[in-house]
Amino acid sequence: MTLLQVRDLNKSFGGVRAVDGINFDLHEGELLALIGPNGAGKSTTFNMVGGQLKASGGSIQLLGQELVGRRPRDICRMQVGRTFQIAETFASLTVLENVQMALLSHHGKGFSLFRSARKMYRDEALALLAQVGMERHAERPCSELAYGDVKRVELAMGLANDPKLLLMDEPTAGMGPEERNDLMALTKRLVVERKMAVLFTEHSMDVVFAYADRMIVLARGRLIAEGDAQYIRNHPKVQQVYFGTGKTFEHEMAQQQVQV
Amino acid sequence: MDFSALLSQLLNGLAEASSLFLVAAGLSLIFGVTRIVNFAHGSFYMLGLYIAYSIVEHLMGSMGAAGFWLGLALAAISVGLIGAVVEIVLLRRIYKAPELFQLLATFALVLVINDAVLGYWGAEELLGRRAPGLSGSIDILGRQFPSYNFFLIAIGPVILGLVWLLLVRTRWGVLVRAATQDREMLGALGVNQAWLFTSVFALGAMLAGLGGAVQLPREPASLSLDLRTIGEAFVIVVVGGMGSLPGAYVAALLIAEIKALCIGLGSTTLFGIPVSFSKLTLVIEFLVMAVVLVLRPWGLMGKPQATSRNSAPVEAPLRPGSTHFKWLMGALLLALAVLPLLSTWLPYASVLTQDVLVTVLFAVSLHFIMGPGGMHSFGHAAYFGLGAYGAAILFKVLTMPMPLAFAFAPLVAGLGALVFGWFCVRLSGVYLAMLTLAFSQIVWSVVFQWEDVTGGSNGITGIWPSAWLDGTRYYYLTLVLVVSSLFLVRRILFAPFGYSLRAARDSALRADAIGIDVKRVQWLAFIIAGLFAGLAGTLYIFSKGSISPDAMAVGKSVDGLVMVLLGGIQNLLGPVVGASVFSVLQDSIMRATDYWRAVFGGVILLLVLVFPQGIAGFFQQLAEAWRHWRARAAVKAAALPRTLEKQA
Repeated sequence: MTLLQVRDLNKSFGGVRAVDGINFDLHEGELLALIGPNGAGKSTTFNMVGGQLKASGGSIQLLGQELVGRRPRDICRMQVGRTFQIAETFASLTVLENVQMALLSHHGKGFSLFRSARKMYRDEALALLAQVGMERHAERPCSELAYGDVKRVELAMGLANDPKLLLMDEPTAGMGPEERNDLMALTKRLVVERKMAVLFTEHSMDVVFAYADRMIVLARGRLIAEGDAQYIRNHPKVQQVYFGTGKTFEHEMAQQQVQV
Repeated sequence: MDFSALLSQLLNGLAEASSLFLVAAGLSLIFGVTRIVNFAHGSFYMLGLYIAYSIVEHLMGSMGAAGFWLGLALAAISVGLIGAVVEIVLLRRIYKAPELFQLLATFALVLVINDAVLGYWGAEELLGRRAPGLSGSIDILGRQFPSYNFFLIAIGPVILGLVWLLLVRTRWGVLVRAATQDREMLGALGVNQAWLFTSVFALGAMLAGLGGAVQLPREPASLSLDLRTIGEAFVIVVVGGMGSLPGAYVAALLIAEIKALCIGLGSTTLFGIPVSFSKLTLVIEFLVMAVVLVLRPWGLMGKPQATSRNSAPVEAPLRPGSTHFKWLMGALLLALAVLPLLSTWLPYASVLTQDVLVTVLFAVSLHFIMGPGGMHSFGHAAYFGLGAYGAAILFKVLTMPMPLAFAFAPLVAGLGALVFGWFCVRLSGVYLAMLTLAFSQIVWSVVFQWEDVTGGSNGITGIWPSAWLDGTRYYYLTLVLVVSSLFLVRRILFAPFGYSLRAARDSALRADAIGIDVKRVQWLAFIIAGLFAGLAGTLYIFSKGSISPDAMAVGKSVDGLVMVLLGGIQNLLGPVVGASVFSVLQDSIMRATDYWRAVFGGVILLLVLVFPQGIAGFFQQLAEAWRHWRARAAVKAAALPRTLEKQA
């Protein structure tokens, strides 16, 4: 079933068309990667879906409801979770309190003035932390954690509103190879268990090819290819944006042959 | 008002703008490079004027006319040198400290300089000589216009041009501009930042000194000039845009002209209501600033700035009080409760404690938005004042019964916070601080000038509690209300709202993404803080019986800041400890010496340099070090038998 429908989406910054009329669909239970070289418009697209940026035109529909023009906190209420390129957590709260905060907000308790928050949604928060493998660190301040662990906490917070769609902006940036695979394997597992969809941007191709069900490729704000790993790998346009035309190499070879 | 009067007022405004611009330009330069908001800049202006007075008096005797101009130049240079010394001795040690500590340190400097001037020049106003050759006046459309003002009108643009050339055409200027953009990068390129910072600070101080010196023939040197000038300079820099020199000039011009117009218009009738424009001068610049900040938060010619990198260490998570802590608090409460019974031996103790309790409540309400809320208010005295004046007006003018007036007065402050807070939470950092200052100044001016209701500068007297609440009973009322307020604030901080508040401070982006309405959280916090500050004001006025506008002036807001930082901003007990120490210190120093400001400034400087984490923070660190040491000792003790076994 189609969860997210993006149609003719575009965004201009001054005269620059950062995203130029892209279309794609995202289905339930799917791990969809958004890839492309620097400046392709990945993060812009991403922030438009999350509401951090307002689209200049086009539409983004989540189960038939329009997201364009909504604020991030309203999009969160529609069961969209997200993580940021540089992990954003609450540094002065403990790991547990971070997830509790996300749950409190999800349940509309963020303005409650008198009851102690200590025990509220504690078990739910611990359960979420267990899902991302962070329950042992529950009482530690978030500021003390290794970066990979902060990303896991952020993931747990993203899951607090029981998302149908999870947005992950470069989930493995700044992580070592092992942490990277752990996190993506975890994400894959969560997608299957929770039947949610994940849209993620990524620079490291090993991660993308290993875990994404499908991928879409952006270059200079346009969508140039869409398909599975095999298809994308052999797509001439994709090879061109990532590796150049290859003509220089062929040209040199030809010249050498002439000389011989 | 006819055309010639208008013209002469406008020219006056131009002359006024020059000095303001000189001060603001220096402030802006220093902020751009060092990121320090220099509270002492008004003091440099004042020093310029005093030093110019002395040098000119001295030189004109021996050198005549040349002595005057030379004196002005020498005064500016002396202030520049003083600035360099201040930078090397003090500021270099605090560049890495959190922004607020830097403010506090420069404010301490204001106190020290003020008392130094008092000690050297005395308390009387000093009027300087007229400028030789420019002492007459010129006829403009039948009105006499002082010819010295033309010199003043010219000097602003001339200095603007010179500084601009310096910044654009010299290597030094390139370095300054680069430092304004990115200090770390400049350091990585091998530039010696220490001397760059010193030179910028000296130049900024010199400009302020010059601004003061050229006022010699127009304005008598007085001790109140420092705070007055810094208020105006802040407004100009914020209106013009932080770090923009042309912006500072445009803003200085705009504000000076608007003020001149207000004076020129005098009292007129608008739509049948008599309006006194000349009375508006006290408040008009702050109104302009409030409007500019709301419409264009980064100033007229400034650029939107990235949020400043907060150099403060990350706050530790809040922990509920331990059993020890609860026992300690219980014992303290008990001691406070029996205090009035000891009045035979300690007659003054309960009076002082009453004041301390009120001050503690004020500091806690400020800490609530500053610490967990991350919103640095420079105008918290407004809500204290609204509570106090609210009570006084309800009681005296509307003749409400005392308990009713007492109950409604904090709501007046809450209402003020509701209105002002809505604007304030739209800004952050220095701009937020300045807007809170503007609002508090507006409230102060209204109170100062609305004589029919507030009694103007005389204030309101004769506000005493009902007979059944007098004396010791009022002490207990204060104790109960303050303690329950503190308990309530603590409760709120441990409730979901407290989590939301700290979350919004730590990462607005993340808070938004998990569905928290950041602005509304901050707005509600602002209102809560306003209510408690208002309660403090209400408690204050019924214990003192009277109030004057001084009780809610800028100085009171700064006192609040000092208390919070003194105790330690990252600690919930901080404001309690800070306010207690502050009140007792102030009380004892003020009675001991005439130079209490200097002593007080010295104490603040010492604290900033030695205990940057505040008193409560310092003891917390000490306790942690002790626990750490004990834990290590325990590990060693456990390891010892094993090593012995191995050796055996």
